[in-house]
Amino acid sequence: MTRDSAIRQVGLFWPCWTLWRREIVRFLRQRSRIIGAFGTPLVFWLLVGGGLGRSFALPDSETSMTYLEYTYPGAIAAILLFTSIFSMISIIDDRREGFMQGVLIAPVSRLAIVLGKVLGASTLAVGQAAIFLVLAPVADISLSFVAVLATIGAMTLVALAVTSLGFWIAWRMDSVQGFHAVMNLVLMPMLVLTGAFFPPSGSAALFRWIVKINPMTYAIALIRHAMYFDPSIHSVDRIGFPAALAVSILFAAVMLALSVHVATRETAKALQ
Amino acid sequence: MPDVVSVNSLCHRYGDHVALDGVSFNVIPGECFGLLGPNGSGKTTLFRILTTLLTPSGGHAMVCGHDVVTERHNARRQIGVVFQSPSLDIHLTVRENLGHHGNLYGLTGDELDHRIDESLRALNVADRASQLVKTLSGGLRRRVELAKCLMHDPALLILDEPSTGLDPRARMELWKYLILMQAGKGMSILLTTHFMDEAERCSRLAVVDRGKLVALGTPTELKSRIGGDCITIECDRPVDLCQRITDQIGATPSEVNGAIRIETTDAPALAAGLMNRYGDELKTVTIGKPTLEDVFVHETGHTFETDSTDEVTSS
Repeated sequence: MTRDSAIRQVGLFWPCWTLWRREIVRFLRQRSRIIGAFGTPLVFWLLVGGGLGRSFALPDSETSMTYLEYTYPGAIAAILLFTSIFSMISIIDDRREGFMQGVLIAPVSRLAIVLGKVLGASTLAVGQAAIFLVLAPVADISLSFVAVLATIGAMTLVALAVTSLGFWIAWRMDSVQGFHAVMNLVLMPMLVLTGAFFPPSGSAALFRWIVKINPMTYAIALIRHAMYFDPSIHSVDRIGFPAALAVSILFAAVMLALSVHVATRETAKALQ
Repeated sequence: MPDVVSVNSLCHRYGDHVALDGVSFNVIPGECFGLLGPNGSGKTTLFRILTTLLTPSGGHAMVCGHDVVTERHNARRQIGVVFQSPSLDIHLTVRENLGHHGNLYGLTGDELDHRIDESLRALNVADRASQLVKTLSGGLRRRVELAKCLMHDPALLILDEPSTGLDPRARMELWKYLILMQAGKGMSILLTTHFMDEAERCSRLAVVDRGKLVALGTPTELKSRIGGDCITIECDRPVDLCQRITDQIGATPSEVNGAIRIETTDAPALAAGLMNRYGDELKTVTIGKPTLEDVFVHETGHTFETDSTDEVTSS
């Protein structure tokens, strides 16, 4: 008994579109989020990068680089990560306020729900990181037009990965406080233990090992590759472009799959 | 026409806790069906299963002939749901919320605009279309929520404790619109409630307690089961007096929450007899037509206890 022929089979596009649009509209109506997500990494980068800059030299590298330049891709990664975190906190609110229930009972696939949410948050993250690219000259990096496009492409991939990671974590959280705890415990180390803020080659074996298995290391290397188009950059992160791209794609794919999985499996639990 | 809802031996447990224990009932097209029960009776679990949010551990539930587990999307298309916690995004306008909902159900373009206008007019909130939801009162929000549910023209409207958190005027208004939708659109309504006055308005009621369906029928049918009137007595030592009434008068009283309750076909005579005999001990004697609360006590042997903390929901 179908009452209404106008209710067609709902595909992926419209649910994704409407959830994506909602993220953007909500963001633009909450100015404090813009300042929080963009300001924090900027201040962090200028203070730490600028302050330590004088006493910095890359070990055994044929490239010479100031500290501001060295940490610039890391600062971009930080913006992507912080923006994603702010966006994904909204999942916890969505569930508590009942909004997500309305979405979950709609005849749409769980993939569409995850994609809509993740694409929305990724758009915000990439948008803010792209604005940050204006500051590249401060770090003595001159970006060609092609380099800007390549960097935005790399940032998009990284944003998809970290927002999916955020979705996967936030979906199972019942409080914002819990999310903050996980953020400090997992996300901050993921950002710092990359070699983005100090070269890993001179540090302890354990640290170097963690850096090597941390997918964010490859994400940051990918961003650096995209900015320079220079094979010698290889020596800074010690990761080639193909490896950086492959790991980043894998990172995004795995996180997206985990998010869809958790959204399918824990529909009911999320409402208790 | 097939039943709008068909529930067959439905069971659910959360770990060791049995929330639903073999519940069966049908909702026929066009009726307003109420699930009445105290908190923890299993009605919220039933609600979650029927809205496809929870997979039952046993039994079957169908909405318009579609199994809520194996044909989830088909079942979802047929239902409109009003949750206890509002499902509107308060940072969006009324119109944006409805547009969002329409998109989720595949409505786009002119068709979407048309449906939005139609729904807003039906609930008399068209003048609020461009207002942010956070600026609306609780009653208005509930109406916008109903308008949202109308957009995809569901066959069944499911409401979870619809009156909770609404002031009396907003409650009356909500019911005015519910009846309009039921009559005008031929929509069937299923609602959960722990308010007796709300249950009275339903065409049929299922009384649930501790995961079981204890009674099913129209409110009048259920009350007529008691056969006569109810006498309620307040006194100092109810247990003791209860025993003596049984022994000395031969009536069948029960002690319920510190009061004595007797169902009888000849209440005035029995009440007079009781007052003669135990006059000094009695504080109050009340004779009344049976209420749904009496039905509940009659069927379960205990009072309808409601956890008042559950009533406090965000508005």
